[in-house]
Amino acid sequence: MAAERPRPERFSPPQSDAGAPFWEASRDRRLTLPWCTDCDAPHWYPRGFCPTCLSDAIEWRDAEPEGTVHAVSVQPKPNHPGLADRAPYAVVLVDLVDGVRMMLQCSSAGDPGAIAVGDAVRVGWEALPDGRHLPTAEVTGR
Amino acid sequence: MPDHPLRGAAAIVGVADQADASGQIPGTVPQIEARMIREALADAGLTLADVDGVAINNPVGWAASLELAERLGITPRWTDTTQTGGSSFEIHVQHAAAAIALGLAEVVVVVYAATPRSDFKRGTGGWGSRANTAGVTPNMEWEFPHGLRLPMGAYALAASRHMHEFGTTSEQLAEIAVQTREWATMNPRARLQDPITVDDVLASPMEASPLHKLDCCLVTDGAGAVVLTSMERARDLARPPVAVLGAGVGHTHSMISQMPDLTTTGGAISGRDAFAIAGLGPTDVDVVELYDSFTITVLLALEDLGFCPKGEGGPFVADGPLRPGGALPANTNGGGLAYTHPGQYGMFLLVEAVRQLRGEGGPRQVPGAEVAVAHGSGGVLSAMATVVLGTEATL
Repeated sequence: MAAERPRPERFSPPQSDAGAPFWEASRDRRLTLPWCTDCDAPHWYPRGFCPTCLSDAIEWRDAEPEGTVHAVSVQPKPNHPGLADRAPYAVVLVDLVDGVRMMLQCSSAGDPGAIAVGDAVRVGWEALPDGRHLPTAEVTGR
Repeated sequence: MPDHPLRGAAAIVGVADQADASGQIPGTVPQIEARMIREALADAGLTLADVDGVAINNPVGWAASLELAERLGITPRWTDTTQTGGSSFEIHVQHAAAAIALGLAEVVVVVYAATPRSDFKRGTGGWGSRANTAGVTPNMEWEFPHGLRLPMGAYALAASRHMHEFGTTSEQLAEIAVQTREWATMNPRARLQDPITVDDVLASPMEASPLHKLDCCLVTDGAGAVVLTSMERARDLARPPVAVLGAGVGHTHSMISQMPDLTTTGGAISGRDAFAIAGLGPTDVDVVELYDSFTITVLLALEDLGFCPKGEGGPFVADGPLRPGGALPANTNGGGLAYTHPGQYGMFLLVEAVRQLRGEGGPRQVPGAEVAVAHGSGGVLSAMATVVLGTEATL
């Protein structure tokens, strides 16, 4: 009889120094974005400086957890064994109302194949084992 | 005639490639590299003693060109390890042609070998295994956790956006695979040689919507090499020289979430520059070898290089231009979709373009081909590089 394999854990992302404030805020399920105070504009992803003017005057601000699906692809197979039990699932690029584009996995129930470009989404949170949360996308309207 | 110093300064004078219908080729990667270099030099009528420049991008070891030259027992005076994935080879040609034009090198060898299919069968990991071994990278922090399968998922997102903006359909994308397969039926070394239909593509399993399995390239062993020298020296060698008429590079992002516009690649930059240096345009091209990691890769290249307007790639390919006898013969060896794809396909674009311009295409020869384009793509639609090649009559 084959030994039962331990259930693989969901991949937990590493935390860079530049991204640490995002992950700290995620503990409270709070969406934050890095803003350049010289440009007065947000950017994504965090890299420790502004990709427009290269200033390192970065301030983290709370963001609107709302956006629109820019592109979508349903994954019949997971990219990591820890996601096997939820496939098929949709991965989306979301244009947040604050003006940045973020990759997220759709957490919505229902047919992932029904998710379409232009759908309205709200950012949700999936708990990670270390107390951080991973942002997700919940479709709220189409 | 434009007077750009790169135009016609260098020529590709020797080529070799190896692939097999089994998907596997024998030997270790260093052995295969040596075999390709030997064959390409013999094709040119040159020897290893003539080589004073090397270009290689294989991400094994710590400094690929140093290790290669050491294995070959040569002491180059020019070296290039530019790594942009599958477009690296077109960039190597651009760099080599510039170096030759400036007298920094006289005979340059560009080589590639990879055995992902054999590696997988040996249980030592296949193509894509590196995606799981990276350290703390932006990808591991901001993309990988969300579950996108790479590389196909990234291309699927671009296809999704193209369909939304321009009404492109899965049937139109499938046409690219169907027409490419027609060429593969004439290549006895192609991994896949049976003709297919649009329905076959749509009935194949979904890999990452909207891309089906038959929208995706192969995973095979494969290898190749090209030899470049000055046009002046090329005229005294064994084969008709194939002139490097123009070359350009354009990269827009590394991670797909950072692609500024999912429907426009760096090919809009690389193609513009390559054609400008060549003094030619899309209507002058007799045969195109377009990186076909996925059908959407070809569609975007056709638009970005100017073979059709942006957004019209779907109706354009539906007319069948890419097939044998079509208005724009493309991927005449069967491409990465059906011939071979060892992970970085760009080498095979160059080799096939050269063979077509020499009239060595056999049953798949495009009659009277004088101008060819080899257009590489690396990363996830990240780095594009275009090389315009021509027969001596085009100089």
